[in-house]
Amino acid sequence: MAGVQTSAEKWTNRTAIAAVFVALIIMLTPIYWIAATAFKPRNLATTIPPTVVYEPTVAPFVKLFTKRSQLREQPTQEEYDNAPWWEQMVFDGGEKVVRNRKSGEVRSSGYGDRFKNSLIVSVISTILAVGMGTLTAYGFSRFKVAGEDDWLFFILSTRMLPPVVVAIPMFLMYRVVGLNDTHMGLIILYTAFNLSFAVWIMKGFIDEIPREYEEAALVDGYTRIQAFFKVVLPEALTGMAATAVFCFITAWNEYAFALIMTNRNAQTAPPYIPSQVGSGLPDWTVIAAGTFLFLIPVAIFTFLLRNHLLRGMSFGAIRK
Amino acid sequence: MADITLQGINKSFGQNRALRNLDLEIKDGEFFVLLGQTGAGKTTTLRVIAGLEEPDNGKVLIDGMDATNWNAAQRDVALVLQQYSLYPRLTVRGNLEFPLKSRTQNFTPEQIKERVDKAAETLQITRLLDRKVERLSGGEMQRVSIGRAIVREPRVFLMDEPLSALDANLRDVLRVELKKLHNELGATFVFVTHDQIEAMSMGDKVGVLNKGQLVQVGTPSEIYNNPLNTFVAGSVGTPPMNLMNGTLEGGEARIDNGFSLPVTAIGAGAGQPLKFGVRPEDLVLESGAPVEGRVFDVEDHGVIKILTIDVGQNRLHATVSAQMKVALDDAVRFGWKADKVLLFDQKNGRNLAYA
Repeated sequence: MAGVQTSAEKWTNRTAIAAVFVALIIMLTPIYWIAATAFKPRNLATTIPPTVVYEPTVAPFVKLFTKRSQLREQPTQEEYDNAPWWEQMVFDGGEKVVRNRKSGEVRSSGYGDRFKNSLIVSVISTILAVGMGTLTAYGFSRFKVAGEDDWLFFILSTRMLPPVVVAIPMFLMYRVVGLNDTHMGLIILYTAFNLSFAVWIMKGFIDEIPREYEEAALVDGYTRIQAFFKVVLPEALTGMAATAVFCFITAWNEYAFALIMTNRNAQTAPPYIPSQVGSGLPDWTVIAAGTFLFLIPVAIFTFLLRNHLLRGMSFGAIRK
Repeated sequence: MADITLQGINKSFGQNRALRNLDLEIKDGEFFVLLGQTGAGKTTTLRVIAGLEEPDNGKVLIDGMDATNWNAAQRDVALVLQQYSLYPRLTVRGNLEFPLKSRTQNFTPEQIKERVDKAAETLQITRLLDRKVERLSGGEMQRVSIGRAIVREPRVFLMDEPLSALDANLRDVLRVELKKLHNELGATFVFVTHDQIEAMSMGDKVGVLNKGQLVQVGTPSEIYNNPLNTFVAGSVGTPPMNLMNGTLEGGEARIDNGFSLPVTAIGAGAGQPLKFGVRPEDLVLESGAPVEGRVFDVEDHGVIKILTIDVGQNRLHATVSAQMKVALDDAVRFGWKADKVLLFDQKNGRNLAYA
């Protein structure tokens, strides 16, 4: 602003900046802590007071991705010298990397697979929830649906109890139909869980898109479906992006159902990470490394959609 | 080019009956104006013609063919709305191309370009073609909307108050342009408005709608000079027609609590309670005139003055030449043109000349 600021405005401005600064510190400290711990040697992870200056190491990441076991006896000097640098790191931590007995190949931990599972389940369930939510919302927004308000309330009511309450019955049902420990099982769960949210948010966005746009297209010779894809969808993209971010975060971070419904094939990262407390005392550096990597996809996803989010986060409240 | 006929159209929205047994005939190439207040059913009528609204019963005929079940695309009509029909993501050119790119049209890119350029030229928006719609003024947007309608060269143009969101000067300009466009294209235009000046100045035919029913259809001069009832009489003309209660006795109108003046309309209506209607310009103010009134208000419109005159319990409007010197509370004498006075039934408001 080129205009003259009164001193009151100046102070309002400074207060706002200070408030943002404080909020940032509060929010970023845990993330810093995770990142810092992920690069610490194990013996410095839990010191009091915390170690701030240290020589960063990637040992936690090596441990995160490999299967290890406790060392019964110290490796011989020859054994140690022949081992690659990353294996030496594991030796230094008093553990050894487990190798396949026949081929001698290093056995990996489950983290990579769990991470992949998280991606598969979250991405697919987000696409499904946003896609189905958008279509449902369009229907509610544009057509006369008998008992529309009741239906919408019913859809919302699926969110009215804590999901964990139904975890046990869900688990029993899943076991009967064989959806236990499958990607499909989690995808269905997360889609169902996010769908009500997606319908409500998308209805708000689609209500904001003037009907006249589609009607003009209909008169111009487009079919209802074409009008939807050519006219409504481009206008709704902002809302879909915001909804997708919320759905993705919910699915990505979901812990309770993932813990109960999966154990090996389809297990996602959230229940896996804390299970790696290992033998003896928990190795916080490995947990931090797992968590650190786990943060990255959400960060990337949100970053990619940031242009849509600014308008989208206001839930369509900004009008032109 | 097409005739449009609506037969016995009914349309309800919940409890609200928007159209009641509406019959309407619009001839090929006509500039037909639907005039009515908010809620009279003008827009619904237009949407029924466009195929955006399905009538509860009744028939829509286009060129004599039953089009009631045709969808909007099959009817080959174009719609211009008050606002919002442009896509904000597209440029002006993109918007003009949009109707030509639908699947029902088979245009080559060259044909599309040619048509868009031609439409842009007609509407003088060539220099705006590459601009984003968001950066247009209201008048420019409305020109583009009209352009969107004309690129397809449809049989019928439907316009829903296309000028009412614009400021007064621009409205006058576009009014003239629309009439010119109508002459050039020769297509059927159906134009909806609540503005009686627009209706009178643009329409070949005007249909007056009230509460979902068509009250009267006619040329602007028929509507103005021979309104079917007091409702039509009151909806056209600025200021509206003077309406006074009274009775007819021996070729004289006896206005309740007022005055008596001769009328030439004879025969009908003697003895029953009547409403006498006379246009403000048919009141004659001169010094020797038979009735005296008091000037309540004077509006100077430049060319004319509009006087409001109190006579007994009646308050009348009269238009007089701007040269006339008159001040508030002056006593003035006036008469009327006896052949211009219309007689309406006081109970149902019908013009006795139509009875």
